[in-house]
Amino acid sequence: MENLEIARELERISGVNPRKCMKCGKCSGTCPAYDKMEYHPHQFVSMVETGRIEKLLESESLFTCLSCFACVERCPRGVEPANIIEAVRLMKIRPQNENHLHAEQIPELLDENLPQQAIVSAFRKYKK
Amino acid sequence: MVYSYYPGCTLKTKAKDLDKGARRAAEALGIVMEELPEWQCCGGVYPMGKDEIATKLSSVRALVAAKEKKQDLLTLCSACHHVLKRVNNDMATNEDIRNKANAYMELEEPYAGETRVIHYLEMLRDVVGFDKLKEAVTNPLTGRKIGAYYGCLLLRPSKTLQFDNPENPTIIEDFIRAIGAEPVVYAYRNECCGGYVTLENKDLARSKVANIVESAKEGGAECLITACPLCMYNLSNNNAAGDLPVYYFTELLCEALGLDKEGN
Repeated sequence: MENLEIARELERISGVNPRKCMKCGKCSGTCPAYDKMEYHPHQFVSMVETGRIEKLLESESLFTCLSCFACVERCPRGVEPANIIEAVRLMKIRPQNENHLHAEQIPELLDENLPQQAIVSAFRKYKK
Repeated sequence: MVYSYYPGCTLKTKAKDLDKGARRAAEALGIVMEELPEWQCCGGVYPMGKDEIATKLSSVRALVAAKEKKQDLLTLCSACHHVLKRVNNDMATNEDIRNKANAYMELEEPYAGETRVIHYLEMLRDVVGFDKLKEAVTNPLTGRKIGAYYGCLLLRPSKTLQFDNPENPTIIEDFIRAIGAEPVVYAYRNECCGGYVTLENKDLARSKVANIVESAKEGGAECLITACPLCMYNLSNNNAAGDLPVYYFTELLCEALGLDKEGN
């Protein structure tokens, strides 16, 4: 029951109703990060719907989504899978000491051409 | 036409060429870009969470500043455009976000998405007009075969961005024709370059860039143009698929208008 409560909370954060999904798989078919993901966009939608959240919260796939919005654009049912992934990611990083990226790591990740945009974007996605 | 202009952080540092070229070309085309006197970083990515308010406020402040000047807000960086446009849409259509943001801002008059956010390319298409741009070109890039790289953020989600057809866009190809060159249409022009994931996973970015570069070269492109500093970075620095120069679209715009690097 607890997980279903978390699932409803994820629906509130994301603004997504996963029950609109008709399981066509187009979101995962079009996902540019598909090959690198343990759980794919359609699985995020279905696992949130059924309250199987724990595995998602522990998966690196949370940080593999490129936020390219291909799944959002191409979903025939307007489900917005990227919003669901973002909501799970927020649930993962919002508690204390759960940041996926730390400011101390930045110097070693930099090269002279890397635009600021990449760093602030990664902080938004990986850190609270 | 006078616009409030939101340059964004990267255009002040790593992507100065995108900014400079836009300013010079605008001047030549009779467009006035008034940089907002105070602007803050948009955050680079749109905060999708419906309960994310604080992360949307820097965009709201820029939108309010343009409203107070009774000007449209001109953007240039794809990422800034994406964030500002989507936050503006939230302020216009999402009552909860609007109420919370306004409660925080304590404005004299609440903001409800009144400002129009317009990208530089939209300005060229809809205000200047590509036919008029063509007339202004003194140094047409005749014979150059150029691939438009749209990426993600200008096009999607099209319901909110309303930039162009998200699967078969034409605006940058029309721009390429206006500056006298030949557009190369290729399959991966609106697919992701890997974006910020380059920080953590270079291999993923490299494989995405390889698809784009191979597809563009196969179509005969001699170079790519983009409006996004992060796409520029990935296409230039994470490209192991063979040489393909990448330019900001404003660099070629200046060249076509006969403006050199010093703006003469």
